[in-house]
Amino acid sequence: MDLTVGLLLGTFLLSVLALFFFIWSMAQGLFGSGKSAATEIFARNEFGIVEDPAATDREKSELQDAMDPGEQYYEYFDALMLAATRERMAARRRLRDDADHRTLADQSSAGVVGVCLTLAVVWLVLASLAGLISSIKLHEPDWWVQVDWLTFGRIRPMHVNMVAYGWCSLAGIGVALWLIPRLLKKRLIGATYALAGGALWSTGVFAGTVAIGMGYSDGLEWLEFPWQIDILLVIGGALVGFPLWLTLLRRKVKHLYVSVWYIGAGLLWFPILFVIANWPGVHFGVQQATMNWWFGHNVLGLWFTPLGLAAAYYFIPKVLGKPIHSYNLSLLGFWSLAFFYSQVGGHHLIGGPVPSWFITIAIVQSMMMVIPVFAVAVNQHMTVLGNFRALAYSPTLRFIVLGAMMYTAASIQGSLEALRSVNNVTHFTHYTVAHAHLGLYGFFTMVMFGSIYFIMPRVMNWEWPFPLLISLHFWLVLVGFAIYFIWLSIGGWLQGLAMLDEKTPFMQSVALTLPYLQARSIGGALMTLGHLVFAAHFFAMGWKFGPTRLGAALLNPMLLMRVARNRAEA
Amino acid sequence: MSADKSMWEMDELRLVIGAMLILSGATGLLVVLPYQLLENVRPPAGLKPYTVEQLAGRQSYIANGCVYCHSQQPRDIKQAPDFSRGWGRASVAGDYAYDTPHLLGTMRTGPDLLNIGARQPSKDWQLGHLYQPRAYAPGSIMPPYPHLFEIREGQAQAGDTVVKLPPAFAKPGEVVVAKPEALALVAYLVALDRTYPALPQPPKTPNSAEAGKQAR
Repeated sequence: MDLTVGLLLGTFLLSVLALFFFIWSMAQGLFGSGKSAATEIFARNEFGIVEDPAATDREKSELQDAMDPGEQYYEYFDALMLAATRERMAARRRLRDDADHRTLADQSSAGVVGVCLTLAVVWLVLASLAGLISSIKLHEPDWWVQVDWLTFGRIRPMHVNMVAYGWCSLAGIGVALWLIPRLLKKRLIGATYALAGGALWSTGVFAGTVAIGMGYSDGLEWLEFPWQIDILLVIGGALVGFPLWLTLLRRKVKHLYVSVWYIGAGLLWFPILFVIANWPGVHFGVQQATMNWWFGHNVLGLWFTPLGLAAAYYFIPKVLGKPIHSYNLSLLGFWSLAFFYSQVGGHHLIGGPVPSWFITIAIVQSMMMVIPVFAVAVNQHMTVLGNFRALAYSPTLRFIVLGAMMYTAASIQGSLEALRSVNNVTHFTHYTVAHAHLGLYGFFTMVMFGSIYFIMPRVMNWEWPFPLLISLHFWLVLVGFAIYFIWLSIGGWLQGLAMLDEKTPFMQSVALTLPYLQARSIGGALMTLGHLVFAAHFFAMGWKFGPTRLGAALLNPMLLMRVARNRAEA
Repeated sequence: MSADKSMWEMDELRLVIGAMLILSGATGLLVVLPYQLLENVRPPAGLKPYTVEQLAGRQSYIANGCVYCHSQQPRDIKQAPDFSRGWGRASVAGDYAYDTPHLLGTMRTGPDLLNIGARQPSKDWQLGHLYQPRAYAPGSIMPPYPHLFEIREGQAQAGDTVVKLPPAFAKPGEVVVAKPEALALVAYLVALDRTYPALPQPPKTPNSAEAGKQAR
């Protein structure tokens, strides 16, 4: 048996063993607290009650009608009513306790969450503009060439870093800062430190982006910021991470909800990845390339993905008012994601001057990624199943469910791209760029949009002033992204086929991509326009435009009455 | 209460231990193991270290983000026609013995450059191409780099390196002079030449190994 085949089989067997271990541990209850943890996100009277602060009153009642809570919730509702009559005082106290915990939790995080999300939105706009300029420059190479920092080779990494460390990280941190106190029913400890951390982080992103523009880059993809500036991000990240972990250690709830697992782990993983990858003077030559893609892939798999999934796992059940389909499945997804995703980075170097076992591990684990992806997909799909009408009435849900679907799509596409036969075509082409956007935009950014629509009304105590702008934002980015992804994928695939054909001159592989690159600019322009609409709406809310004020964060008498009415009709 | 408390702590403990075990496993496989395997890779006999000027040029390559469109890793003939395009043999780890940071790249919007110096050794061509790629490669989408050059009206001064542009692209009454960054970048590009044979296989039999020792 030759060495590569042996390695392939060995890695595969180990992976399957690991998978059985995860399943076994799940059965033993080693990794979590079973079903009851799935209900941690609801207060006692919230079962079957929808919640979406971004929806209008009419949408809210339509959403409640669309949900039809089902027999078990009616029973719960009845029991609640009974309890309320029998031991009125006790029940009232419990309700008030839950309300108090959540109000306190939300109040404690509001300031820092508001600041982080505002900074994130600013970075989103700047990053989009940089991305659009890069895109246009690929098909109009003689446009705007006199300014050195606008040259493609600088504005492109500026775009990527502003997206990754500016928009995505700060949005993810903001959402995590808001979710953790809520999920632990505990005030955020050290909010001031977290605030300083967010500001320092953003300062680091600004300094790093300027450095790239001036030509001071460390030269590695995803790691361009000079390491001296990275120190700002490390300190800023620590100032955000410690308060979250301190809050975690003093929680008031019995069970850790799955979102807490994702956020807690992400907060541990990212600093380790970032510090090892940026440590100066350690890495060299080809070893640095393996490290580069260990980092480049893990920053997606162990930082952005956990933050995005944590949000999806909270908001989908919360908006619908029903617990996640299978809590155990969500934990299996968590552990298998950590195990398989952390080893796939090598597939970025297939065909490169690296040892063959390195590639083999990456390919096998890329295929194994199907397991955590299906765990998430089945779970989230089964939760939404039968309630698709709810998407029409909940802006939050529309973004997040779409994002969750694109997570499945991006992951399966990623697994396939790791296969040698597919990788041969797609490697070195625009196809990879399209795929990267399916993950970080289609999945992560969409989930963040939905989360921000839910969170900001709670942070500001103010409703979104112009609900139509939410729809406009949604359709602009959806259509724009569809154009971007579909055309760039086709162009990239054709480019790859042309490069593999010995008889086709290289220049033809360049020429044939031009119409697709132009289509990408059109899609990118629509996405950018959508972001401008979103940012304008965000700041309009910040300055308290519009007529309405928001009710309490917990009780919604209108919806309670509606459930009672539905009950009567059923 | 205390029993509850210890159980609470268990969840965090599992999270920390599990997360750390998994990450250290992956780091061991993808970072530490390659480090140990590649630490002792020697540069092939035909590979020369970069000169100071070439290193400055390499820095300019990084500063202007050439890596976002050009790879430096020709693939094997069995996998892709890189060799027949003139991009060179499949590269080996030793070829990168002096390359920190690595510039392997992930895109081929333009061609692979690991052997551009062997393919296009003319400094004049390289300078002109950086000033206006489409003067040499019609249909190219590479950006021009005017900030690496100076445009002088009239005559060049002594010591200036004048860019020799094709007549259709030269403007009468002005000369294009390469700045030191451009000259360094071209020195680096021209030095990119890994056409020497890859490291020979190490001797397999004890006899030939001893013969090798005696020869030294």
